[in-house]
Amino acid sequence: MHGTHTIVYKHQLSEEVFRIDVEAPLVARERKAGQFVIVMYDENFSERIPLTIADADPVRGTVTLIFQTVGASTHRLALKNPGDSVVLLGPLGNPTHIERYGWAVCVGGGIGLAPLHPIAKALKEAGNRVTVISGARTKDLLIMQDELAAIADEHIVVTDDGSFGRKALVTEPLGELCGRSPPPDIIVTIGPPIMMKFCAETTRPFGIKTLASLNTIMIDGTGMCGGCRVSVGGKTKFVCVDGPEFDAHLVDWNGMLMRLGTYKEIEKEAHDRCHLEMQIESLEARDEGARAPEKEPAK
Amino acid sequence: MSHREEYTMDNAEIDLARLRSAPITPKVRMQIPPQDMPAQDPSVRRNNMDEVALGYTPAQAMLEAERCLQCKNAPCIAGCPVRIDISGFIGKIKEGDFLGAGKIIKKTNLLPSICGRVCPQETQCQAPCTVGKALHGVEKAVQIGRLERFVADYERTHGAVEVPNVASPTGKKVAIVGGGPAGLTCAADVRREGHEVTIFEAFHKSGGVMVYGIPEFRLPKVLVQSEAEVLESMGVDFELNFLVGRTRPLLSLLREDGYDAAFIGTGAGLPKFMDIPGENFVGVFSANEYLTRANLLKAYMKGKAGTPIYPSRRVAVLGGGNVAMDSARMALRLGADEVRVLYRRTREEMPARAEEVGHAIEEGIIFDFLKSPTRVLGDDKGKVAALEVLSYELGEPDDSGRRRPVPVRGSEEIVPFDTVIVAIGNESNPLISQTTPELQVDRHGHIIVNERQKTSIDRVYAGGDIVLGSATVILAMGEGRLAAQAINEILQ
Repeated sequence: MHGTHTIVYKHQLSEEVFRIDVEAPLVARERKAGQFVIVMYDENFSERIPLTIADADPVRGTVTLIFQTVGASTHRLALKNPGDSVVLLGPLGNPTHIERYGWAVCVGGGIGLAPLHPIAKALKEAGNRVTVISGARTKDLLIMQDELAAIADEHIVVTDDGSFGRKALVTEPLGELCGRSPPPDIIVTIGPPIMMKFCAETTRPFGIKTLASLNTIMIDGTGMCGGCRVSVGGKTKFVCVDGPEFDAHLVDWNGMLMRLGTYKEIEKEAHDRCHLEMQIESLEARDEGARAPEKEPAK
Repeated sequence: MSHREEYTMDNAEIDLARLRSAPITPKVRMQIPPQDMPAQDPSVRRNNMDEVALGYTPAQAMLEAERCLQCKNAPCIAGCPVRIDISGFIGKIKEGDFLGAGKIIKKTNLLPSICGRVCPQETQCQAPCTVGKALHGVEKAVQIGRLERFVADYERTHGAVEVPNVASPTGKKVAIVGGGPAGLTCAADVRREGHEVTIFEAFHKSGGVMVYGIPEFRLPKVLVQSEAEVLESMGVDFELNFLVGRTRPLLSLLREDGYDAAFIGTGAGLPKFMDIPGENFVGVFSANEYLTRANLLKAYMKGKAGTPIYPSRRVAVLGGGNVAMDSARMALRLGADEVRVLYRRTREEMPARAEEVGHAIEEGIIFDFLKSPTRVLGDDKGKVAALEVLSYELGEPDDSGRRRPVPVRGSEEIVPFDTVIVAIGNESNPLISQTTPELQVDRHGHIIVNERQKTSIDRVYAGGDIVLGSATVILAMGEGRLAAQAINEILQ
């Protein structure tokens, strides 16, 4: 039996944000901007965790995943180290439709900045003028900034607490850009659902086409479970096979936010327990002193 | 412990000895009652995940085998989708040659421990059984499924599972897309001819519906595992976590990766919903999702499993098939106080296996026949609070020959529930057809095949639910077998 993949690089980007590069040559070759993978930290008891692909290197045969430790499962994943194996399935979902729109505005919030990067890059390569709005709660959670700055013709950075860039929510500069003449031709937004919802509300009065990449509850990721269903334009759609990107003006955001809370209470309990376990494990690891030093990948 | 031994040895062994003390005429055979299969007590099993049915003892199996008349025309065989030599294997059981019986079954069915448990025998091999017909009741037919299960379990627990012979290498390669019943069967039959076989499975375990859908209490996963191990011993290669169409396009396997033929057995797809208001409220699940969480991801092992399962008290299951029974009985085991199955027709029309319905009733599942919801009501947090349920009565027969349920006007009532599990079947999975435009599908998205299971693409075959819609494990196996024959011919 084959099917597990080895972590070749790991880097902690901030207290809660991790980057891992996983050896997966076929996924690295096939994946396109906007697609995601499902990862499991083991083959027996792990949850199936959908994660967007931040980057891929077809030559090295690796995909880069950036994730935030928001629950028990992502915490367990964060405990994995180079040399460890994980389950990885992908690339899943439909790639972003890339064309030469003219002026594209890419809005990313928090961990959403990671999957925003390949989309912004693809839009740039297709000949668009690209403006990137990077937003995060605080400076520490701003990721992929060098990469995004390298692509963007214009890069606007905001934080909720003003610890870096402008003290604002992403919707503030987004609204200003929409008011420019001529206005943007396309808006792409990836980030927390509540942020995407308000991005949609910001652009709606301007009638500018807005795409949002949804990260709903998901089991198989292949069109079998229906857990990822969301109402778009009054029709039930499946994020895994119909998405993950949809017209943000047609998404039933309130319904989606509600469904995302399905396991909130259970997850909180598991998360708390997990924090304890993590502390114990990291103490044990420190005592053993057995952890291999992390290495930068060869470019 | 001695208690149970006494029970099993006494009754069946004494009956068998008494029976065999004189010549057994057909009339005597018809007088032997169908042997019940021992099962866990309902009040115990509703609190555990262990297998419900415990299987025959050797004496019970021989006694049941004695009921078989060994009809010359063997109508049972025609009722079996994979044409097992049923009278042949039952004859061996009579002789006490259980391993011999196993060899006969394995000629046409590689997965008897599974089929013996999940096949709808009452509509297949047991339906035309002469004994059942003579006694005016299909439930009185020879219990072929239980005998098949006995033989398979005997073989396994006696370490006598034989790995089928594999012909010398032909240098040809076959890709099997999907590791469920259709794919596993096709893989075995193609491998036997000496072709290299790779099974591409999207999940992290092979077995398809047998691991994600059918619960542990009905089909222990260790059985599916051991069947997959037989294939591995035959040299079949498994590529898990590989989604053909996404990880690699189907046609690239054929054109660039050196595969000479492919079989698509991707199984069930998008779950169907009722299309009623409120279906996206929190607490409405497809049976696929609910069962996958519980089975494949082991959500019932709380504290160990990373996958959560919704805490349910009052559960409504919509549908009347095996999947509905599995969902209802799983919800009960996961701690629900009350589980009700809402079905638009009556027990007569239910497509579920009779044994599962019986087991569900014993366990305390409540059946609301001639009922179907018209909308889901939610609370202020968007969680399911109740169903509005409409009553039906049976009218004239429809195209399927079943009497059509007709709604009773004004019969709507509000019934409180916190969980709704929708088990009314699946649409086709769009993934392979989306990513393989050359592949012809019908308007439901099912792959179109000819009588040899060949698709519109040369060297590409398909079978199972992706062709049939929601069918059964055994029908999927039958199609996998047919496709394997065709593949073996073109690779000669």
